[in-house]
Amino acid sequence: MALTGLDIYKLLPKTNCKDCGFATCLAMAMALAQKKIPLDKCPHITAQAKDALESAAQPPIRLVSIGTGDAKFEVGNETVMFRHEQKFHNPTAIGILIEDSMSEEEISAAVSKINNLKFERVGQTIGANLICVKNSSGYRNKFMMAVSAVEAASKVAIALYSRDAESMQEAVKMCKDKRPLIICGDRTFPDNFISLARENKLPLAITCSGIDEAAEAVSKARAGGVEDILINLKSTGLSGRIQDYTYMRRLALKKNFRPLGYPIIAFTENADPELELSEAVSYMMKYAGIVVMKNMDKEFIFPLLVARQDIYQDPQKPVQVEPNIYKIGKVTKDSPVLVTTNFSITYFTVASEVESSKVPSYIICCDAEGMSVLTAWAADKFTAEKITEVLKKSGIEDMVAHRTLTIPGYVAVMSGKLEEISGWKISVGPREASGIINYLRNWKE
Amino acid sequence: MTVELIKEKYSGPINTVEIGKGALCPSIKIGGQSTFPFLFDEGEMPNPPVVAYEILDCPPEDWSEHIINAYGNVVKDPVKWAKACVEDFGARALCVRLASMHPDYGSRPIDEALVVLRAIASKTGVPLIVLGSGDEERDNDIMPKVSQALKGENCLLGVASQNNYKTLTATCLADGHSIIADSPIDVNIAKQVNILISDMGFDAKRIVMHPTTTSLGYGMEYVYSIMERSRLAAFVGDKMLAMPFIVFVGAETWKTKEAKEFGSVQGINWEVVTSTSLLQAGADLIVMRHPDAARSVRRYIDWIMTK
Repeated sequence: MALTGLDIYKLLPKTNCKDCGFATCLAMAMALAQKKIPLDKCPHITAQAKDALESAAQPPIRLVSIGTGDAKFEVGNETVMFRHEQKFHNPTAIGILIEDSMSEEEISAAVSKINNLKFERVGQTIGANLICVKNSSGYRNKFMMAVSAVEAASKVAIALYSRDAESMQEAVKMCKDKRPLIICGDRTFPDNFISLARENKLPLAITCSGIDEAAEAVSKARAGGVEDILINLKSTGLSGRIQDYTYMRRLALKKNFRPLGYPIIAFTENADPELELSEAVSYMMKYAGIVVMKNMDKEFIFPLLVARQDIYQDPQKPVQVEPNIYKIGKVTKDSPVLVTTNFSITYFTVASEVESSKVPSYIICCDAEGMSVLTAWAADKFTAEKITEVLKKSGIEDMVAHRTLTIPGYVAVMSGKLEEISGWKISVGPREASGIINYLRNWKE
Repeated sequence: MTVELIKEKYSGPINTVEIGKGALCPSIKIGGQSTFPFLFDEGEMPNPPVVAYEILDCPPEDWSEHIINAYGNVVKDPVKWAKACVEDFGARALCVRLASMHPDYGSRPIDEALVVLRAIASKTGVPLIVLGSGDEERDNDIMPKVSQALKGENCLLGVASQNNYKTLTATCLADGHSIIADSPIDVNIAKQVNILISDMGFDAKRIVMHPTTTSLGYGMEYVYSIMERSRLAAFVGDKMLAMPFIVFVGAETWKTKEAKEFGSVQGINWEVVTSTSLLQAGADLIVMRHPDAARSVRRYIDWIMTK
């Protein structure tokens, strides 16, 4: 939360000593508030004031990066409780759990499966982000074998999960240049995990059972010089976790409460794949920075990744469909031609009704900067001129033998002008997509 | 370290709507919460969300084969289908779409359709949500008769929209049913429809809102956010938005190619993920199509409602 000049002034020595180069402390405070100068310009500031000012300057939830190169991802830096208030910023990373109780062959097979969890959707490539190697066996040699197999083949970032600091140290040696996430499975949170993260400059996740314990562990890690922290909060029950994740986000955002101002890493608990999927969805909707799953089947991961795409969509930027001619059904040169805008919901609604009508049709999706029909018309993005241009340039005139264009009922007012400048006959369609089925069945050139 | 938590306490709880008469089979209650979903430390959520199984009053012509295969032959007979939902699949509520009277389905005469509907009601006894055929003109014609035929059953009838609410409101009022108020992803219109309906003397506490449903991958986030915005307004005291939400997840998800054109597991998961996402935004009544998806979501609700 940004402080005002006056807030900052209260924390300065108020001696007007001019050592900073400003005439008064207030003048320096104003410059600080505008981020024109660094805080260390004031040689007399107290450690307490410095802490307060520095924490105010930080984002309420720290941005933590894991992995390197193509495998790198970032979580944190969130600013709102509800996505409509602004947006959710850094999409929840999806991790897959690999336990070292598996055989080397099983692990290799799993890694290649995870590497292939990639999908193309609305122009984006989406996929899993992380493999979490867990020292479930309790044996160091098994953990090393698993980490080595994952490290050799993984195309995504790596997390190392153990309660044994010495095993962790060995594992970190094997892959520290890939910026793995260290997950301390020991609830007593020994100091050597902190020094390991600090010395290797790696992000560290702490495991704890409640908010109080989390705040304590985070404070300990920060005091030990680690700032890239994630919180693995194992509250009791699914609703308990959703409640605690909500409390954590709220404390970080509303009170700038530093000990909880870090992203959450959530591990699914349910072993039943169908419940595990819904559990993962819940954590994703309610504030987790990373969700680690046991299941890696694409029929489960794909919908989860699409849910992430949906919920992290910027509400200010409507999802757009690529402006184009879309063919619904087995179109011929005599099929009807409809025009609408490229706002995704508008297009999908129209397309779905056209499909239901079972009348093969062309839909021209006109570039209206992602606005719906009426909004686009009001903003001059969906006009007779624009539609004429699309009719002439899109190639539709070569695809159909007739020259009848259906426009949405809401823009009936443009039909005269459109007819005049395009040379097409204009047929006014229904106002709402729900009328399309009837309309198309009675359509005549 | 003891961390002082920030708890949100809201003044305006959501209305509780009861559906069904509770004679043969327990009625269902939805709504009544004073908190965002599942935050039991901050407020009450007295009624778990409910899954209603969607059926048609005639054999479905264009439903995904994944759903048809899951139900088997019973879909050819709406009464058997309804009974199977309740007896074999454990449905506690049914949503009957009166498709048979739609011109596309051959415009079955109302008297014939009512025989089927009455049989569904009497043979299952579970609370019913009844939707018109989807053809506005026909629905204004048939819904008063449908409503009358179900008088005393305390059903939830739909849908009333901004431009077409009078017939359904009057008939629900006369026969003691609750009503679904439909709005196109717009809080202001949602509120407007609720006001229009209650201005006809209809009890606002018997309205269930449909904020529009969109599938995962096809604008699910719009509905998610409109529900959250609407809830925020209700919680701080806007009584004309304090209605529980119904969403028709089955109908929307099974239109998508991701659900229809791949294996059944992905289709089921598409319906499940849309449902559980919208539950996190505050859905109270979810109408679903695939029985395996419905079962999965019911198990999820049982789990997350455990305190």
